[in-house]
Amino acid sequence: MEKKYWQSLEVYKEMKRNTVSDSEAMPEFSIDGLDESEIKGKSSRRDFLKMMGFSVGAVALVSSCQMPVRKAIPLLNRPKELIPGVPNYYASTFYDGDEYCSILVKTRESRPIKIEGNDRSPISKRGTTARVQASVLNLYDDERLKSPLINGKQTSWKIIDKEIKAKLEILKNDNKEVILMTSTIISPTTRKLLDEFVKAYPNVKWVQYDALPMSAMRKANETNFGKTVIPFYHFENADVMVGFNADFLGTWLMPVTFSKQFAKGRKLKDGQTKMSRLYQFETNMSLTGSNADYRYQIKPSEEAAVLLKLYNTLAKKTGNSVFAAPAINTNVNRVANDLLKSKGKSLVVSGTNDLQIQLIVNAINQLLGNYGTTIDLNTPVNLKQGMESDMMQAMSSIQSGKAGGILFYNVNPVYDCIHKDNLKKAIKKLPLKVSFATTPDETAQLCDYVCPDNNYLESWDDAEPAYGFFSFTQPTIRPIFNTRQFQDSLLTWMGTEQTFSDYLETNWKKNFFPKQEKYAGFDKFWFQCKQDGVFYVASQETSQPAFKPTRLKVAKPGNSGLELALYEKISMGTGKYANNPWLQEMPDPVSTATWDNYVTVSPAFAKAKGLEQEDVVTINDKLELPVLIQPGQTEGTLGIAIGYGRSHAGKVGNDVGKNVYGLINAGNGIKNLLGTVVTLKKTSKTYPLALTQTHHVMEGRPIVRETVLGSFVKNPASGNEEHEKFLKSEDFSLYPEPKFDAFQWGLSIDLNSCTGCSNCLISCQAENNVAVVGKEQVKRGRIMQWIRVDRYYSEMADDPEVFHMPVMCQQCDNAPCENVCPVAALSHSDEGLSQVTYNRCIGTRYCMNNCPYKVRRFNWYEYVNNNSFDYNMNSDLGKLVLNPDVTVRQRGVVEKCTFCVQRIQEKKLQAKAEDRELRDGDILTACQQSCPADAIQFGNLMDKKSEVSRTNDTGRMYHLLESLHTLPSLSYLTKVRNKEA
Amino acid sequence: MYNVKVRGVLIEGNKSYHDITQDVNGPLLSKTTPNWWWMAAFVASSMLIWGVWGFYNTVTVGTGTWGLNNSVSWGWAIINFVWWIGIGHAGTAFSIFLLVLHQKWRTSINRAAEAMTIFAVMAAGMFPLIHMGRVWDGFYAFPYPNTRGPLWTNFNSPLFWDVTAISTYLTASFLFWYVGMMPDFASIRDRTVSKIKKKIYGILSFGWLGSARGWLRFESAALLMGGLTAPLVVSVHSIVAMDFAAGIVPGWHSTIFPPFFVVGAIFSGFAMVLTLMIIVRKVYKYEEYVTRKHLDAIARVLTFVSLIMGVAYVTEIFIAWYSNSPYEMYVFFKSRAIGDYAFEFWAMIVCNAIIPQLFWFKKIRTNITMVFIISIFINIGMWFERFVIVVTSLSKTWLPSTWHNYSPTTTEVAIYVGTLGFFVLGILLFLRFLPMMAASELKGILKETSIVTENTKNHE
Repeated sequence: MEKKYWQSLEVYKEMKRNTVSDSEAMPEFSIDGLDESEIKGKSSRRDFLKMMGFSVGAVALVSSCQMPVRKAIPLLNRPKELIPGVPNYYASTFYDGDEYCSILVKTRESRPIKIEGNDRSPISKRGTTARVQASVLNLYDDERLKSPLINGKQTSWKIIDKEIKAKLEILKNDNKEVILMTSTIISPTTRKLLDEFVKAYPNVKWVQYDALPMSAMRKANETNFGKTVIPFYHFENADVMVGFNADFLGTWLMPVTFSKQFAKGRKLKDGQTKMSRLYQFETNMSLTGSNADYRYQIKPSEEAAVLLKLYNTLAKKTGNSVFAAPAINTNVNRVANDLLKSKGKSLVVSGTNDLQIQLIVNAINQLLGNYGTTIDLNTPVNLKQGMESDMMQAMSSIQSGKAGGILFYNVNPVYDCIHKDNLKKAIKKLPLKVSFATTPDETAQLCDYVCPDNNYLESWDDAEPAYGFFSFTQPTIRPIFNTRQFQDSLLTWMGTEQTFSDYLETNWKKNFFPKQEKYAGFDKFWFQCKQDGVFYVASQETSQPAFKPTRLKVAKPGNSGLELALYEKISMGTGKYANNPWLQEMPDPVSTATWDNYVTVSPAFAKAKGLEQEDVVTINDKLELPVLIQPGQTEGTLGIAIGYGRSHAGKVGNDVGKNVYGLINAGNGIKNLLGTVVTLKKTSKTYPLALTQTHHVMEGRPIVRETVLGSFVKNPASGNEEHEKFLKSEDFSLYPEPKFDAFQWGLSIDLNSCTGCSNCLISCQAENNVAVVGKEQVKRGRIMQWIRVDRYYSEMADDPEVFHMPVMCQQCDNAPCENVCPVAALSHSDEGLSQVTYNRCIGTRYCMNNCPYKVRRFNWYEYVNNNSFDYNMNSDLGKLVLNPDVTVRQRGVVEKCTFCVQRIQEKKLQAKAEDRELRDGDILTACQQSCPADAIQFGNLMDKKSEVSRTNDTGRMYHLLESLHTLPSLSYLTKVRNKEA
Repeated sequence: MYNVKVRGVLIEGNKSYHDITQDVNGPLLSKTTPNWWWMAAFVASSMLIWGVWGFYNTVTVGTGTWGLNNSVSWGWAIINFVWWIGIGHAGTAFSIFLLVLHQKWRTSINRAAEAMTIFAVMAAGMFPLIHMGRVWDGFYAFPYPNTRGPLWTNFNSPLFWDVTAISTYLTASFLFWYVGMMPDFASIRDRTVSKIKKKIYGILSFGWLGSARGWLRFESAALLMGGLTAPLVVSVHSIVAMDFAAGIVPGWHSTIFPPFFVVGAIFSGFAMVLTLMIIVRKVYKYEEYVTRKHLDAIARVLTFVSLIMGVAYVTEIFIAWYSNSPYEMYVFFKSRAIGDYAFEFWAMIVCNAIIPQLFWFKKIRTNITMVFIISIFINIGMWFERFVIVVTSLSKTWLPSTWHNYSPTTTEVAIYVGTLGFFVLGILLFLRFLPMMAASELKGILKETSIVTENTKNHE
């Protein structure tokens, strides 16, 4: 402290009084009691360490919150055919036991992501069905078994093989029967293998089992022609087609083939004025019935009588003898006249599994001379070989104890057999129960041994869907799990070292290679087979077998109450795909319902019984199901879809709907979907149904434009008068008309060809990574599918005409959506595409309001990696199906159809790399490519010679809601019905 | 003062200047907060908290928690947005329109009305934001210099006009309201004994001294801002109307919308002022400032506006028929009149066009309870109007296959209730901490009226 001197005592006193210590004067600046280090502002080593410890800890903590590093390691030696980003296609075959289709499998970076039709196949051509499209998702199903199981516990193939082989040997020595129950096998090589297996184990009895067999038709053909076959049909050769409860466009036998054939006869291209006519007599409103020119409602019990009446009418007019027939009201004169006018160019089919009915159908076709033109008995169809009698025999040998073991391949009788309760009880006692199921299904649950089969995309096989038409299955990915192909399991148990792929090759070398002359060496032939995926040997037989008439007799239809007509849904089929969310969420093309089965009743019946949509009723006092009021349902009948109510399908499909296999009409030992008499009682409960469309009439708006053939011939623009008006209207806009330099992409949909089968919808979903949202969200109107197949009824509720209209983004050149987006996330490309920039979209949803077509979809939730939406996008395995070329959309953005812009880009780049112009037809949109009816055309509207321009250049072309002057790039062609005005 | 005489007294109860100062500042200076205030604040906060839950739910889970669907993709959020914006019109309408029209009776109401505007517009502003779900992307809607191209907003989009109009309106109304309060802040600063209050109000008053120069600047600033804000009263709701009118949805695409919306906004704004002032004058014993004559005047305005509303409804329906467009006709004659939303439609007609006509009867017009009830009816009716416009139009547009109905979910209701809570809480805080009437302006009109009422006290 500074020294101070004082002069006087006064001053000293003053000084004394004023002297306060620094700390007293300014306490906040006092340094008393502080460390030296703090005063000097230096930190000690200890502090340094403390600080460092803290910061290192903090950094470590913060950085540990980051995403884990995932390494993508490039291949050291790249396989020749594997170029990252470039897809490979493999020809293969889809066959699931019910349905066949030749396909191309698109693989990206070695994983299959999309199925396309194989255009080299003479049978399925380029078409697919929704189920074929969706089958790729089954490969990535979390429910798939990951290794063989013994009593539900994972094991190795070695152990399971040893145990099964031992048991097979014991049973062989005990001479106990072993039943090998398979679905219909259409693979000639697998059949050969099965024969050999039976030779190796003579006690094995091979039974083919179909949930829905077509045994009556086989028997009828045996009676009439001496051949136990299903003939090949040629709908394309028929001018008049008459269907009796045969949904041949949707589910019956070979829907892809038949749709192709049907569409061929309905095309009105290049000035063609002839068109086939379809009559449909049916109980439920089926997809085929909805496409019929004339549709008649008949009860199941009336079908035989109507057919016989038709036969008698035809016989009378052709001077043949008639049979005694019960009286029936249905008027068949128009059908009869039409059929007679086109003798030899007509076709009558019935989908009812009833011998009497099939015999009458045969007789009618014989009378009309259709064998050899529209029906070919020399190229029999190999599908649906199962006979109920074989199954009954197997059942009795299980029950009697004659059998000691059972093997199930590709069948699930515990779910879909009418004897399932007996079967369940009986097989429990068997010492050997083996299932080859890919998922732990109802049947596999009861088996001691489960030897999981590969997915068909991991397998080798061949197929012969119809005589002489061969198609190959080849693996497109290594087995993902520790699974083994069924055939390989059999080979192992037979004690051979050979793999099935070698077996297949050997078989072809020995048995099929000699049948052709084109290729001298087998290797080349075999390579070509695998590349084409198909091989064809023409039938040598030219004349149809002789017809042996039988006496036709029909019982009088009783009016014994409510008749039930079970049916297959186009999405769900027999129930194999219950765990496939794409198919569960696919709206039924007629009812537009998703995720459920239900009782369809006619509007009049509902009114009489006081039933409303979604009311729960009990069938036979047991089964509770909701009601769906279905216009066009025959009075006095009910319809229920089979294929639902799985208990062990997986997390998606369990307990969706109700199992109604027990309601199959199994009188006479033949399984018939139609005709069971049931009771119905209303309950006080209701059950929500998720329909995608709740208003069913067009309210007089020019949406689907239609005409009849007669008017069309006179004036191709008939029914399209609104378009004329539009063309004459003043054309002005605030915005400049868009100009295009080279490309303006356009898509045209021929409403006359489109059957509404909804294949395009699933194809689009697979191509464009469209999310599944679940039943509740569908019910709330939030389905994500980019294509919507609108279905309208004409105003008559009890007997409506039906229209199907696929609607996706119309890619308007004057798009109402684009100019309302506040953040300019929507733009119009110089090729005419309306584009969404996902990462710019903030989700005001103004564009959705302003889109008159309502084709824009909003991501209401995060549909990816969200446990609330536990479908394929919430699983690492399921996500492998995603198309890497298409962005997966996040929550809160709007999405819509892009005209498959990734495909446009791919083909443009390809053309550029090959230094050539883009050719018309190079680019196929996903919906177009696999359309079984070829109803969709895509191409460049600037090129007047392109297919789409030529298609548009008819009087039938119009734009949806064209009066709004949105100038869509998507055009529709009017629907023409072949009926009297 | 001729006008004053004819119209009667503007401030009743023989007030002196000091009384006014006391009455206005008293509640702010008082140390105790009344119990009713706490009760009301508790209820409002609870509502707000529920709304915060709704917000949280929407932001974290998504707009999927709402009842919207791919056909009706605008719902309660937009309805409430327009409703609040409408209510938010009262402040400016009172301050500017009545100022321009020399309606001096506005003086005792305009401050509260302006506060109402601020909170209503803030409440409204939450909706477009939460409507998107991903609120963090909201800034995309503003045109700001950026490194993304630069990527600009779409100047063609009515939603962008909306963003501009509303942010402008909020800014302008806030400034107008705030500047108007500066002398009163200073008055509280000078009067309060609490140091904290002194500090806060001192800052808020921007060092207001009450000098002649200050008053001069103040007057011209108010005039300038009034002039600038006046067009906004018309523009904001016109632009909100454009959101609909510029769309092609049947029931939206209509040239009548901008004036129709502006009138509707004034209608709902005045009704809300009525609702609020009836409560406030009672609670704060401001019956002498907000007199029966005030209420009567507002009721008369409402009667007239209600007639305009009725004409607008009839015009809309006529034009729908006259257009001969099946789409328009379906919306008006089927969907609205007899369809799924007939109740909402008729509720709108009855509440907005019919019930306010009861004000023709003097007995009803002067019965405070009746006036209060009718004002509530108008508030509800105007909400239904927005519902009818947004939902009935969207639920049944061009293609019948896309028709889908809409009903709100708990989350949507929660957000709406939350904004109500926010609004009420805002008003409560305003009443507690800010001068709810402009003391200086009240004093201005007091002098004029005092001559006629022979209030001798002020002449001494």
